[in-house]
Amino acid sequence: MSFTVDALTKSLNVFHAACSPCNNCDIEILDALTPRYDLERFGIQLVGSIRHADVLLVTGAVNKKVVHRIKALYEQAPKPIIVIANGSCACSEILFRDSYNTCGPLDKIIPVDLYIPGCPPRPEAIIAGVVKLLNAVRAKDKK
Amino acid sequence: MIKLLLSYFIFPGMAFISIAGMFASYLDRKITARIHWRVGPSLKQPYYDIKKLLIKETILPANGPIWLFVSAPLISFLSVALISDIMITSWFNTGSGFIGDTVVIFYLFAIPAVASILGAFASQSPYASLGASREIKLLIAYEVPLFLAMLVPIIKAQSVLFGKIISAQVYNGSFAASASGLLALIVAIFCIQAKMGFTPFDLAEAETELAGGTQAEYSGPLLAVWKLSKMALTVAAPLFLVMLFWGAGGWLIILLKYIVLLIVAVLIKNTNPRVKINQAMKFFLGPVSIAAVVAVLLAWKGY
Repeated sequence: MSFTVDALTKSLNVFHAACSPCNNCDIEILDALTPRYDLERFGIQLVGSIRHADVLLVTGAVNKKVVHRIKALYEQAPKPIIVIANGSCACSEILFRDSYNTCGPLDKIIPVDLYIPGCPPRPEAIIAGVVKLLNAVRAKDKK
Repeated sequence: MIKLLLSYFIFPGMAFISIAGMFASYLDRKITARIHWRVGPSLKQPYYDIKKLLIKETILPANGPIWLFVSAPLISFLSVALISDIMITSWFNTGSGFIGDTVVIFYLFAIPAVASILGAFASQSPYASLGASREIKLLIAYEVPLFLAMLVPIIKAQSVLFGKIISAQVYNGSFAASASGLLALIVAIFCIQAKMGFTPFDLAEAETELAGGTQAEYSGPLLAVWKLSKMALTVAAPLFLVMLFWGAGGWLIILLKYIVLLIVAVLIKNTNPRVKINQAMKFFLGPVSIAAVVAVLLAWKGY
C-alpha cells in the first residue's frame, strides 16, 4: 500500500456542508458520530474549517443560492479531497428534480467519489458507504 | 556542541517531546471517549493524523506575509522543544541550568500563543483574526496569575535556578505540601488549561463558532506542525507544573504525577462548556489573580 493511501484512509477529517437540506441527513450524520456508532474509533472526526478537511460531505439538493458556495468550498479544499453525496437529494435530487431553483445533482457541479442514497440514509448505511469507499481506494491502489 | 544538538533534537528535545505529545494526545482523546461512554481512537491515531497531514496540499494566503505564515508554526514548535530540553535536562542534572532559566521557560511558554497570533494575522482570514484577538486577551489575562504562582516556588527555594527549585523539593519535600504551594498549584492548573487551549478556555480555536479560529487557514504540513506543537505543549505545561510545585520523587513518580495532572485537565475540559472572552478575563484577573497574590504573601510569610 502506498504511503499516500495508507495515510489518508486511516484518518479522515470530515467537513459537513449542508446545501439546503431538510436536516434529516444532518441528524443522521450526527448520529453516526455519537457514542452508539463512535466513528472516532476509525479516526473519523468533524472539523470546522474546510482547510483541515479530507472529506467534503454534502447533504441536500444544491440550489441556486448555494451552488457558488459549494464550488468555492471544493476549490478551497486542500487536495486530495474525497467528496461524498449523502442522501437522495445530493445523489439525484429526487422530487426536486424539475424545481425552478435547483442546479442539478451534486456530480454535475463537483466530482463526487461516493453516493449514499436514502431519505435519510441510516447511520449504518453511511458507515457502510465509507467502508466501501475506503476498500475501493485501497483496491485501486493495489492495481 | 554535539551533545547540545543531540539534547535539543533527540532527547529530551524535539523527537522526545513529539512522541510524548502524541501519547499525551492519545490519552486525552481516549479518556474523553471513555467519559462519553465510547471506545475511542487507537493508540496510533495521533500518529496517523500527523502522517495524513504531511501528504495534503499546503495552501498559502494570496495576499499576506507568507514568510510569517510559514514560520509561525515552526517558531511555536521549536520553542516548545526548547522548553522541554531546558526543563528535563535540569531535572536530570540540577546544576546544569543558567541563572534565571525559570523565567526563560516562562517566557518560552508564551511564544506558542504569540506565534499563533502572528500566524493568524498573516493568514488574512476574518475567522483567524477574531481568534487572534481572543488569544491576545486570554494571554494578557492568564499570564498575570501564572507568573504570580511561579513566584511561590522561587520564594520558597530562594533561587531562580530551575535546578535549585527541583533539588530543594527533592531534599525537603514538594512545595505543594504547604498551603501556599497548594494554592499556587491550583491557580497554575487553571492557567495551563488556557495555555493548552483546553475547553473552558479554548475560545481562540473554537471550531464551532470560528471554524478553527487562529488555525482556520492552515492546511497540510503546516497544520501538522501546529498540531504537533499543541501536543507537545500538552506534555510540557503539566510537566512544568509538576517540577515546579510537586517535584519530589524519581522519574516514575514524576511521570505518574504528570498523568494525574493531565487527567485533571481532561476532566475539567470534558465537564465544562466554553466560556466567553469577558468571562474568561474576569475569572483570571479576578478570583484567580487574588488567589495567586494570597499564595505569594503566604509564601513570603513562610507558610
